Amino acid sequence: MTGTVRQPLLALLAKEPAHGYELKLALEQTFGAAYPSPNIGQIYVTLKRLEHDGLVSSQDVEQDRRPNKRVYELTPRGREALRAWVDAPSDGPRVRDDFFVKLILAPMAGLADRMELMNKQRRHYLGMMRALAELHSETDPAEVAARLLIEGAVLHLQADLDWLQRCQEELL
Amino acid sequence: MSGTPRSPALLRTAGLVKTYQAGGVTVQAIRGVDLELAAGEFVAIMGPSGSGKSTLLHMLGGLEPATSGEIWLQGRRVDGLSSAEWAILRRRHIGFVFQFFNLLSTMTVADNVELPALLAGATGRQARARREELLAELGVADKAAWAPARLSGGEQQRVALARAMANQPSLLLADEPTGNLDSRNTRDVLRLLCREHERGQAILMVTHDARVASLADRVVNLFDGMVADDAPVVPVPRGGNGIRGVMELRG
Repeated sequence: MTGTVRQPLLALLAKEPAHGYELKLALEQTFGAAYPSPNIGQIYVTLKRLEHDGLVSSQDVEQDRRPNKRVYELTPRGREALRAWVDAPSDGPRVRDDFFVKLILAPMAGLADRMELMNKQRRHYLGMMRALAELHSETDPAEVAARLLIEGAVLHLQADLDWLQRCQEELL
Repeated sequence: MSGTPRSPALLRTAGLVKTYQAGGVTVQAIRGVDLELAAGEFVAIMGPSGSGKSTLLHMLGGLEPATSGEIWLQGRRVDGLSSAEWAILRRRHIGFVFQFFNLLSTMTVADNVELPALLAGATGRQARARREELLAELGVADKAAWAPARLSGGEQQRVALARAMANQPSLLLADEPTGNLDSRNTRDVLRLLCREHERGQAILMVTHDARVASLADRVVNLFDGMVADDAPVVPVPRGGNGIRGVMELRG
């Protein structure tokens, strides 16, 4: 999980120094309710690791009648790491598909019936699709990133369902 | 599986079969389908092309005769009706929406929507009032005097939906109603269909689009002319692994 939190935090810090809670809010505001937002503990742990790796630095800032807050900023090495992440193409999302491995291997071991596996999976995908449709209709049209994130998830699911149908045609 | 239906299902089939003769070979398109649709229910039929989805829908609307098996509509057995009797039944109780809209090209939008009401015995004034109400609701009132060909695909499908709803049918049959629309028009037409469903309209819809099917109460999966699965759509809970698993941003 921390692996997927690191780069967004670096990217937010590239804009301006911030403390942990501000980073959490910024992620939530940018990507909306659908984003699997890390909890505050994950954010603090990740920031500590990033600091240990020399990618960010921090200093305590005094506050009126409140405990000090620790403000983080990007180091030159952090900026390099961020640049490398931005420049590299991202992997496709479905190179290892858990369901497909199950579909092929489980019947071979006599553990399951293919038709049953496919039906169960299709029901699940359709349930996800429905939840995403509901989320989409509740999302403010002005929240472009949040809306596009949901639409992307819908298109991935659509592809998963098309693929499931291909499996059904070939395997049954 | 014969005799009177047990429950007051709106639509019920028992052992429905459809075979074609093609070049001396018998092709089994539908191989024993048992299906039930309750009043007000929205059911989607999915399945690969060639699985028999459209054939099944056409049989249920009397557009193709069944080879054997039973079809019950509102407690009445209808599979043995003649095509003239089916026409009367459709006029009163069944609305049809097709992929390619099937509007009458030589008539105006208004006439297309008024015709079914007039055929069912409404007065000109009643038919016009209903048409005005429907076109306004579906957002195409300003196109009433137009020829269908001048309308976009999305607008034509809305007019087709208005026509299908003209006689307040107890059952709406839809064959890939969004199959020829872009994603924005798909969303609009779906919103309209869902609104009709919320008002109690029973809908049986063939679709290959999972986004469309996921809005139904139940999804029937057809495979090789048989029902492979028939299950309610249950939205996965928010915040669990489900939704977040799909949403996971990589990096």
